[in-house]
Amino acid sequence: MSGKDIHVDVHHIARVEGHGNILVDVKSGELKEVKLEIVESPRFFEAMLVNRRFSEAVHITSRICGICAISHTNASLKAIEDALGIRPTWQTETLRRILTAAEIIDSHALHYFFLAAPDFVGASSVIPLASTSPDVVKTAIRFKKLAHDICDTIAGRHTHPISMVVDGFTNLITEDQMLELLPKIKEVLENDVPKTVEFFSKLKIPQLERKTDNVCLTHPDEYAFYDGMIKSSETGEYKHRDYKLKIAEHVVDHSTAKHAFGPVKPYMVGALSRFNNNSDQLMPRAKEVAEKLGLQAPSYNPYQITLAQIVESVHCLESAIELIEELLSRGIKDEREERPPVAGWATKLPQVKKSWGVGIAEAPRGLLVHEYKFNEDGLIESANCIIPTAQNLANIEADMKKLVPEILDRPREEITLLLEMLVRAYDPCISCSTHMLKVDFIE
Amino acid sequence: MKKPKVGFFEFTCCEGCQLTVLSLGDKLLDLFESVDIVNFREASSYKGQDYEIAFIEGSVSTSKDIERVREIRKNAKICVALGACAHLGGVNVIRNFHNQADVRWRTYGDKAWLFDSILAQPIDAVIKVDYVIPGCPIDKKEFLRFAASLLLGKKPFVPDYPVCVECKMKGNVCLFHKPNPIACMGPVTRAGCGAACPSVGNACEGCRGLIPDLNLSAWEDVLKEYGIPTEDILRFYRMYNGLMGVK
Repeated sequence: MSGKDIHVDVHHIARVEGHGNILVDVKSGELKEVKLEIVESPRFFEAMLVNRRFSEAVHITSRICGICAISHTNASLKAIEDALGIRPTWQTETLRRILTAAEIIDSHALHYFFLAAPDFVGASSVIPLASTSPDVVKTAIRFKKLAHDICDTIAGRHTHPISMVVDGFTNLITEDQMLELLPKIKEVLENDVPKTVEFFSKLKIPQLERKTDNVCLTHPDEYAFYDGMIKSSETGEYKHRDYKLKIAEHVVDHSTAKHAFGPVKPYMVGALSRFNNNSDQLMPRAKEVAEKLGLQAPSYNPYQITLAQIVESVHCLESAIELIEELLSRGIKDEREERPPVAGWATKLPQVKKSWGVGIAEAPRGLLVHEYKFNEDGLIESANCIIPTAQNLANIEADMKKLVPEILDRPREEITLLLEMLVRAYDPCISCSTHMLKVDFIE
Repeated sequence: MKKPKVGFFEFTCCEGCQLTVLSLGDKLLDLFESVDIVNFREASSYKGQDYEIAFIEGSVSTSKDIERVREIRKNAKICVALGACAHLGGVNVIRNFHNQADVRWRTYGDKAWLFDSILAQPIDAVIKVDYVIPGCPIDKKEFLRFAASLLLGKKPFVPDYPVCVECKMKGNVCLFHKPNPIACMGPVTRAGCGAACPSVGNACEGCRGLIPDLNLSAWEDVLKEYGIPTEDILRFYRMYNGLMGVK
């Protein structure tokens, strides 16, 4: 390792959702500072929610993020339902699970095809890929179109879902509509998954090993996205209302996104953590794909997050088929008369007492928590939203601290690219957590 | 025909409108063929400053935003406000009606002073905007229609009749007339979305902005008939129309 000085300053990292900068300072071969600065304009959602009626929270909080709008809706609805003591019907929860699967497929495909893949083929974006590798781009588009068809059918649209409300849906989804979705999902699973696996299995994934704490939901009956207990690979399991025992947020000077870490710090959330903790529960095709991609649990290489996302997309295709078939075999009922769904602006709303609730769900990028306190008029007194990327920031910085000394002898362009690829592997969604890259070296 | 150079930019927002563009499906490839995208940070690490058309998403909410949006205006011939945040300030405006010190404290505690923040504003509070594509998020079909008009050198069409017109044309039962009535901003909100929300049984929340020549008091009278108190009506306006922008 040379005794050189390196200063990396990547301003507004490209191909991530939101604005952030990477700062690395090396003096005489010794790492002085590594920072992932979040410079997204603060959005103040927690404050916006104050004095809004309980039922209005859902459509406000889905606007936290254009890409994980379904997940925010899930966490928001679950927090409200937790406070009100409502347990939605099996049909409502099953439809939410199908929507969640669709969002995972959409968000992951956007990341591994549009945001991450250009790095591996030396392109600046997916736009030149459209002419050099048209098949790959078309496959990506089919994944995304399928996810949007599912969300349009069930919730009116993906960004931002319309008909998902407290205790149900404002629209009636027909069996014919669900039947139409089945062959579309099967086609992507049969035709597009093999092409995707072939493309990504040939790419050289960078190396980095750093053992970390994997945190995600876990559920006895399924690979958890919608529901479950919080599981840490290092410290055990936690009930949703006890989330603070594991997750505490604090403000750091260089980030408008609050950093979050628990008693064992830092930790990782997202596709690789879910894969590491719950891979036994993956559907059969997803397990096969993991093997073909050379992904084994536990993996401590954050660059493999992208591979875990591919595995999860396959799982979600399989599980969407299974859920739709079960829904059809039980028959879809119009539950709206018997159990009126609570639309945000319904003229007659249920009485809400002073109460609080916590909603946890897996978003594509990891564990998501919404917590609301309601006053005696049913208005929100305080709110707390903990976003996956906020939880990963400390872990990304720890990875950068491990990585930089290992690659100091490489040319500076390569160091920068590896750092950007590392940040992008986490698929950070900074607009959520509250944006990310120009590079200057001082030698 | 020479391909026009296009840039996409975002300010304070969820980036859902740009994601809607990335979700155009096969039409995305047509878009890539018909324009030269020189700046799209969300999708590309290449950043050119030679764009003619700038699609700007998000509202202005820091002093740095003001400088950056003015810079974009200087570079571009045509500036388009993309979506409700750029057009109306979006849901970001909700916080303008709170005590700002309290807003900062609630999110960042005693470190609140560290972060630059001003009241959230639509971009036309700072720069001249040539066109608006309304909505939260924008509608895919409307974006494509808009892009086609712009490429053909025609003035893009945005309706100035209310959402109710499109809702009736679809044959929907009015949300006010359902067994469990839902208050709806359709009567006063600009159409063009195909009545997206009422068509799946939920309220229009006014994300496309108010129509010109509107009769707000008649709409408020309807809400009062349903027993909706003034403070609820105010909160309804303050989903998207807190600044009451009749644009």
